Amino acid sequence: MAVRPMINRDSQYFWDGALVGELRIQRCNACGVLRHPPGPACPDCGALDRGHVVASGLGTVFSYVVHRHPPVPGKELPILLALIDLDEGVRMVGEITDLTDTELEIGMRVRVDFTRVDDELAMPIWRRA
Amino acid sequence: MSARTLSGRAAIAGIGQTEFSKESGRSELQLSVEAVHHALRDCGLTPADVDGLVTFTMDTSSEIAVARELGIPELRFFSRINYGGGAACGTIQQAAMAVATGVADVVVAYRGFNERSGNRFGQFSTAVAQQVNTNGLDNAWTYPFGLGTPAATVAMQARRYMHEYGATSRDFGAVAVADRRHAATNPNAFFHGKPITIEDHQASRMIADPLHLLDCCQESDGAVAIVVVSAERARDLAQKPAFIAAAAQGSGRDQFVMTSYYRDDIGIPEMGVVGRELWRQSGLSPADMPMAILYDHFTPYVLMQLEELGFCGRGEAPGFIADGAIEVGGRLPLNTHGGQLGEAYIHGMNGIAEGVRQIRGTSVNPVAAASSSAVLVTAGTGVPTSGLILQA
Repeated sequence: MAVRPMINRDSQYFWDGALVGELRIQRCNACGVLRHPPGPACPDCGALDRGHVVASGLGTVFSYVVHRHPPVPGKELPILLALIDLDEGVRMVGEITDLTDTELEIGMRVRVDFTRVDDELAMPIWRRA
Repeated sequence: MSARTLSGRAAIAGIGQTEFSKESGRSELQLSVEAVHHALRDCGLTPADVDGLVTFTMDTSSEIAVARELGIPELRFFSRINYGGGAACGTIQQAAMAVATGVADVVVAYRGFNERSGNRFGQFSTAVAQQVNTNGLDNAWTYPFGLGTPAATVAMQARRYMHEYGATSRDFGAVAVADRRHAATNPNAFFHGKPITIEDHQASRMIADPLHLLDCCQESDGAVAIVVVSAERARDLAQKPAFIAAAAQGSGRDQFVMTSYYRDDIGIPEMGVVGRELWRQSGLSPADMPMAILYDHFTPYVLMQLEELGFCGRGEAPGFIADGAIEVGGRLPLNTHGGQLGEAYIHGMNGIAEGVRQIRGTSVNPVAAASSSAVLVTAGTGVPTSGLILQA
């Protein structure tokens, strides 16, 4: 079975968003700075008042990996994994689907989608835009 | 000597290790106990002399368990360092600070594991993703997508490094070739007598593009122990001291464990933190180093380290290492024991032992100038890390 994400109060909003088809980015309610991965405090202004925005779901591949060995629980190999610079300015790791390992490249535009795992979890997944 | 510096106040007096294998056939605790015994005998001390023990947070053998097995009567100092292999030189820094301040007199740093026959670090670890702490929470942004093995996390940085600076897989392979050449003449190395060519590297299977199998270190069983005492005491013991000219830890801005992907530069600035502190403490510079032991769990990080430590400029490492420059006889021989690709993966502690052998002049691949000058040793990369400068 695939690894499930550890979730706490600081990250709940992200996974709640995935369940309703929203890619959410943490936002500081005091200074407005966006941040991913999230945390309970704003490294820029120190405020503890955290909110979020809904991302456009569009981004650009900053780097990528083709994972071939060893096996990963719940996954078929190879796995295409990318670091994606979201248009909003933050970066996140994403799994790429519907592409072959030779098609993926730095600079490719990608768009988020969501895969429902069960009633409690949906995972973002990325396709060529 | 200023009381405000660690430089020159402590020394490595003894080193010890087990054999390095793929199946030790004994417990991790026994491996560590054996290595500590060897290290104490190396310098003429006994367990009764030991009053401090340091290891990695990851180590499965507690300080008190090691003390019990060795018959160490009392411990006045015990400590652990986090972040995987990044702890290696940090354990020596702990020991050095303890003996320099008189908190303890004889501190042994140890690391022992069955990392091939037991828990293999190269595998995808579900447990690491489910730690009930902030590391587990951090891993929620990678592991559930399938990004979790050390090779894959490093490959993400390696791919970007290639893209930005034009580095190639063959450049990474040069590190593997150098390590395996050095291991070939080291009887303690798992790959003793088995050098490789760059063609072997290129032909090895892809693990996580762009990393081939031969870009990845071994998984090993074994243990290493290092005895640290004050500089004064070290002069009276059996071996030539390896004085600790500098010992530093480093963590960078927006630091994660293996996945510091969210800063503009996804390199290893934490090693820059370590490097600047090593040069500051020691008063030395890269030009003073006749050789170095650079942590090599994955080859791309060796190139990035050369840049962060100031041996060359950003993006210049592929040129710096070309034409055998990092092999014995070259301008900066690296990992003369064969490194963790060639000798064994003992989480960087075997590299510290090699640094000591170079200072003593007893390495199987001696670098002549090292035994009268200094050796730089670094710890795990991609994680909060550490480094040492050992001096003759």
